[in-house]
Amino acid sequence: MTQAPPTTQHQDHAGHDPNLAHHFETPKQQFDSAKVGMWVFLATEILMFGGLFCAYAVWRSNHPDVFLYAHTKLDWRLGGINTVLLIASSFTMAWAVRAAQLSQKKLMVALLALTIAGGCGFLVVKTFEYSAKYHHGLWVGHWNQYHPNYQGPKHEEAAAHAAVAPAPGSSDGGSNVSAPGSAGGYDQLALTAPEHSQVTHAPPGPQGIVPALVTPPSSAQVQADLAEQHHTSHYNLAWEDLPPAEQARTHQFFQIYFLMTGLHTFHVIVGLGLLTWILLRGLRGAFGSAYFTPVDLVGLYWHLVDLIWIFLFPLLYLIH
Amino acid sequence: MSATNPPITAQPHFGHPAAPAGDNYLTHGRGVLSWLLTLDHKRIAIMYMAGILFSYALGGVFAILIRTELILPSPQFSSDPDTAWRFYNHMFTLHGAVMVFLFIIPAIPAIFGNFVLPMMLGAKDVAFPKLNLTSLYLWALGAVIFIFVLLKGVLNVMFPALVPFWGGGGLETGWTFYTPYATTTADSAVVEATLGAFIIGFSSILTGVNFIASIHMLRPPGMTWFKMPLMLWALYATSIIQILATPVLGITLLLLMAERLLRVGIFDPGLGGDPILYQHFFWFYSHPAVYIMILPAMGVISELISTFSRKHIFGYSFIALSSLTIAFLGFLVWGHHMFVSGQSPMANAIFSLLTFFVAVPSAIKTFNWVATMYKGNIHLKTPMLYAMGMICLFTIGGLTGLFLGSLSTDVHVHDTYFIVAHFHYVMMGSVLFAFLGGLYYWWPKFFGRMYAENPARIAAVLVFIGFNLTFFIQFVAGTQGMPRRYASYPEQYTIYHQISTIGAYTMSLGMLLVAANLLHSLLRGPKAPPNPWGSNSLEWHASSPPPHDNFAQTPNAGDPYDYSAWRYASPREGYVRDPNAAPAPTH
Repeated sequence: MTQAPPTTQHQDHAGHDPNLAHHFETPKQQFDSAKVGMWVFLATEILMFGGLFCAYAVWRSNHPDVFLYAHTKLDWRLGGINTVLLIASSFTMAWAVRAAQLSQKKLMVALLALTIAGGCGFLVVKTFEYSAKYHHGLWVGHWNQYHPNYQGPKHEEAAAHAAVAPAPGSSDGGSNVSAPGSAGGYDQLALTAPEHSQVTHAPPGPQGIVPALVTPPSSAQVQADLAEQHHTSHYNLAWEDLPPAEQARTHQFFQIYFLMTGLHTFHVIVGLGLLTWILLRGLRGAFGSAYFTPVDLVGLYWHLVDLIWIFLFPLLYLIH
Repeated sequence: MSATNPPITAQPHFGHPAAPAGDNYLTHGRGVLSWLLTLDHKRIAIMYMAGILFSYALGGVFAILIRTELILPSPQFSSDPDTAWRFYNHMFTLHGAVMVFLFIIPAIPAIFGNFVLPMMLGAKDVAFPKLNLTSLYLWALGAVIFIFVLLKGVLNVMFPALVPFWGGGGLETGWTFYTPYATTTADSAVVEATLGAFIIGFSSILTGVNFIASIHMLRPPGMTWFKMPLMLWALYATSIIQILATPVLGITLLLLMAERLLRVGIFDPGLGGDPILYQHFFWFYSHPAVYIMILPAMGVISELISTFSRKHIFGYSFIALSSLTIAFLGFLVWGHHMFVSGQSPMANAIFSLLTFFVAVPSAIKTFNWVATMYKGNIHLKTPMLYAMGMICLFTIGGLTGLFLGSLSTDVHVHDTYFIVAHFHYVMMGSVLFAFLGGLYYWWPKFFGRMYAENPARIAAVLVFIGFNLTFFIQFVAGTQGMPRRYASYPEQYTIYHQISTIGAYTMSLGMLLVAANLLHSLLRGPKAPPNPWGSNSLEWHASSPPPHDNFAQTPNAGDPYDYSAWRYASPREGYVRDPNAAPAPTH
């Protein structure tokens, strides 16, 4: 018990660069290994978020109106401030890495502090956003109160009924769904309208070949949604304009919002912890042109956190 | 080694000159803490081995309980059928979950990979030793959570009064956690179990990161990509799948927990969710996970077949690249688990076609192994028996996979015992046999002790016979329409189940023999030479067991499958390098 491993480690390091682990030959090999490991780890992070982006795509294509309506409950200005904060902190982070490489200790510490400030600012704004959502009842699952006009479980029965029964109008091949003339009202929706009309106009191919991810009730649902869209040429959809089946589904948007931003915020918090750690080590003079691996790796991580937000912001706040 | 001809000795070539005689990684540092806090990849591998073999025994007990329940259509474990059926549901779920998450997925990478990968690279350790220890503890934490779920389930069945106290326990969803069963119906510890799987997933990811960085950065002088032992290629391909697929499982399980705890409507159609989405997510991980299991097994087999045929591996680059091909194709075929889920016919057709493509790289490996054995000088040591058994069983498992990849056949045999037989041939027949072969093969390197050859051979034959008795008959039962997962069945299937159960008992007998032999070897086995098999990959150049730092200096790598320099000396000395045959690969 007396021969605790840390002692062993120190023996292994005897006569070496203290930053060079015993199983590496050169500092460069160690640095490159760490870099490879970090990039591989970032790939796993992207795939983890990829699952949520995939869920977002499925839900949005199943319930486009819900997303169009519910996103107006988010404040794009606050989201915009957060975007600016994160991009600025990414810049200071990149600069901090450069400062570490050039052994500019004071500059590096200052830049890391600025980066932390940016991340904290992000969290403060996020706290305001989350608490406002909570107070407005825009929460997940049964805690989502939908809308003042929401009439309780009756709505959900209607929703369940509409999801099972074929929606009226969808039986006749979608002829009333997107008549070419009506596309005029779709200037704002130019990005989405042609795709929708392609889908709905496609003849029901041999043996009903349909896009893979769309289950039959959902595609009926989508068609009903589209039919509804034509009656209400909307840019900002009101709750009353939503198809009845969708009125009780606004939680669909908020659950993906909370899941995506929640997981992202968790990453921001972890990132702040890592930044504080390298800031403290930097204050003790641990980094310089000979050894700056942790600064570099935390920088990579922070850029990834930033990058994910840059995708989240338009997908959640800026829906057209 | 000096330039003049030294006497032939059993001394390792790259032993630690500074280390005192007899010092090895097992004796380097004493006390419990020197194990629990070690950063030595070899000790971490041994700790993994203890945990994984324990899990394997646990999963095996569950399997025996399942087979015992199925020996007759009537309930066996309780006079009350409802209790007996619930118990059965818990047993088959836990058997699957424990075997998949705690045994097959980590077994070969975490035990053999951790021990052998740095040594094959001539390195002192993996690239990130602390990360390695972290992943061991993550695995252990996940395993403890799983076992807690299990205990809860068993106690709940025995003492129903406990249920109001701590809620439903055990797990009865099947290891797949399919929604909506896992989110709304099942009254069991789904959240705890998914949390366990989530944590174990992280362990798997971190191991993958470590292996990829090690293989990229730590290869010794002379070891180009195409001079690596095939085990390393297999581990590399496995790691790629681990890092690309496991995070998707992670997020899926998080969503499942969110749905169960917060009632968000992700997979529940009543809340606007999509239950099929769960299956897509789940199989996007869990199909590649099948290759996380089988690819390292194929790596082990490549080493065994070449070594015990005393012949250079045939078609090296084809075997190496087929590992990567399998890893790539593995990501494109998840939909073949969902042929009857209501997926569109077009998607079914595409997934079916892609599934057939997987047969190509798999067959390349099989043919190359057989070609390696052709005209080889075959030594029927125990590892070789398991390797040959693996080729045989993998062929059966692979070919029946083609039946299941064909749409029309699959609709007929879906969710029957045909599936059960198929994946046991691939998962158990192939991976377990490769695992056991590798265990016997590297055992002398792990512990510096030999096992008893003849009892080991008898056990291998027993396991092989027992395995086929258990599972071959299940192909028949499946085509006759016996559904999987059922606790009871019509009289007509009794004979199939009874043969299967007898086979399971035979196999258990074989496994007990394996365990007894290895335990005996650990305590009383004769000392192992550095290279008892005459292999030429770098781990056999170190002593048995290896010193703490593996190699005093980074060795130069030669061709890992060139056996010409090794001559058999004696049972005590094993194979030694003939100094006249070829230059020793010194630095």
